[in-house]
Amino acid sequence: MQALLTRLRAFLGAVLLLTTPLAGAQLSIEITGAGAPRTPIAVAPFPGEAALGSGITSIVRADLERSGLFRGLEVPPLAPAPTEASTVNYAEWRSRLADALVLGSVAARPDGRYEVRFRLYDVVKQASLGGIAYTLSKEQVRASAHRIADFVYEKLTGEKGVFSTRIAYVVKRGSRFELQIADADGADEEAALVSFEPIISPAWSPDGRKLAYVSFENKKPVVYVHSLVDGKRNVIANFRGSNSAPAWSPDGRRLAVTLSREGGSQIFLLNADGSGLRRLTSSAAIDTEPRFSGDGQWIYFTSDRGGTPQIYRMPAAGGEPQRVTFEGSYNVTPRLSPDGKTLAYITLNEGKFQVALLDLSNRQVQIITDSDRDESPSFAPNGRMILLATVIDGRGVLSAVSSDGRVKQRLSVTAGDVREPAWGPFTE
Amino acid sequence: MRLAIIATLAAAAVAAGCATTPEEQAPARVEERAAKPAPVETKPIARVDLTSKPAPASPLKDPNNILSRRSIYYDYDKFDIKDEFRPLVEAHAKYLRENPGAKMLIQGNADERGSREYNIGLGQRRSDSVKRALAILGAKDNQIESVSLGEEKPVCTEHAEGCWAKNRRGDMLYSGEY
Repeated sequence: MQALLTRLRAFLGAVLLLTTPLAGAQLSIEITGAGAPRTPIAVAPFPGEAALGSGITSIVRADLERSGLFRGLEVPPLAPAPTEASTVNYAEWRSRLADALVLGSVAARPDGRYEVRFRLYDVVKQASLGGIAYTLSKEQVRASAHRIADFVYEKLTGEKGVFSTRIAYVVKRGSRFELQIADADGADEEAALVSFEPIISPAWSPDGRKLAYVSFENKKPVVYVHSLVDGKRNVIANFRGSNSAPAWSPDGRRLAVTLSREGGSQIFLLNADGSGLRRLTSSAAIDTEPRFSGDGQWIYFTSDRGGTPQIYRMPAAGGEPQRVTFEGSYNVTPRLSPDGKTLAYITLNEGKFQVALLDLSNRQVQIITDSDRDESPSFAPNGRMILLATVIDGRGVLSAVSSDGRVKQRLSVTAGDVREPAWGPFTE
Repeated sequence: MRLAIIATLAAAAVAAGCATTPEEQAPARVEERAAKPAPVETKPIARVDLTSKPAPASPLKDPNNILSRRSIYYDYDKFDIKDEFRPLVEAHAKYLRENPGAKMLIQGNADERGSREYNIGLGQRRSDSVKRALAILGAKDNQIESVSLGEEKPVCTEHAEGCWAKNRRGDMLYSGEY
């Protein structure tokens, strides 16, 4: 295990180009760069998986490859087909250049459902790293495959996988705006809201069951909270003037928003049901884009109180703001990494809007994209990747970049502009 | 005029009555006879037809009236109202003063560069500045709501300054226009 981890993290690899087409997905994902040494992994076809329709092992393999950390090996048909119950011939898998191996099987149950069993092996150390059995219906194949990929990812990297999480984004098709929810791999896209007026700034509640966003359906920005469970929408902030930039507190009980009800754009706090309004900032500047720190103690935000838009932070209960960014004339859209150690934001760098990372402990700034119209960075819940919106060839696309800048993916739809991504939280 | 019409109708009725022979007595015929004066009535109605004249145009819609102009344009990163738009703001302030029931929504807009939320802030600054100017000129606070559409509703979609200048804009809309 340690050997694998060391090899995984030890050295830089060449930039590679590969594509992983996803059948039936509206969002297609293209990996445009892979950095670190990619661990070669063999995911042998599970005997019996044909009965499930979509190939469970191909989804597992695509997930792992998309992370940029794994390279899936071709496994020829073997007779007898190995399963998690087989005795592993490590020498044989070594000769196929596999560092890791997944074996499994699918069996039909009398109740019409299926049982999937699998086991993960470290081929180098010749050891089992554990396995799980799932009972599932045919509709749960994708979800189960993502769980298997999460298990493999966590065992081999030491970090939680995000293959079972979901993403939200807005697609503009002609005059229609669609707030879409999809699996992290872009599959199973479902519209939560369709409108003829713009939708911006979707923000997941910490439990992943609700989205706050700004809709212009009333000819002005109004903040809604939308339950993804039953489709119910509640107006949370519809005061005189503009209402925008919702951000959840980590406990999901409060929202910070930007309101112009008292003139200008200022940050307010309210309860998640819209009650208990309280003003947090008090300036003649634009104060907007609030974000809570993971511990709930701080609110990071954008303000042009110093003459140019920069990122500041203040105690979440209100109080004197401190300036956080100093380099450059335009630093906006603060997003904290899940561990709270890094701040991602958009910076104007030689005429290009790009994603910058600020290490909050040593104040070092690193620009991690090479595009020029980046917006709305959003950390994956494990902090490994950052999803963002950018423009390629005049079209809005989503892009994902690893937080070390090495792995890059592009997510695009066939017709329409994609923007305003928000990566959802871990959910059980 | 009305008296003249009544006199005319009375004269017509008398004339109709005189034309009737004494032998025609059936009630049905009476109804018939009552219908006969109808052509006589049309003449004075035609004379007082006021509806064929065009209704006076709303000054807000009259292309020759400054009030039909609603947009104020801004320089990059600016929200002060340029001198060329002063007469426009003054005209709308006067209209709001003279029509206390009139309500206005001011939508501020920004060009597409940069953060969508920060651009809502920039658009708000523009709509707030128009609202402030109108208030100084005597419009009531409760007549005006200033909001921002940020960069979300561009009138021009090319990625160049020519377009961006058109999108850095405040629009003044009256009730029923948005």
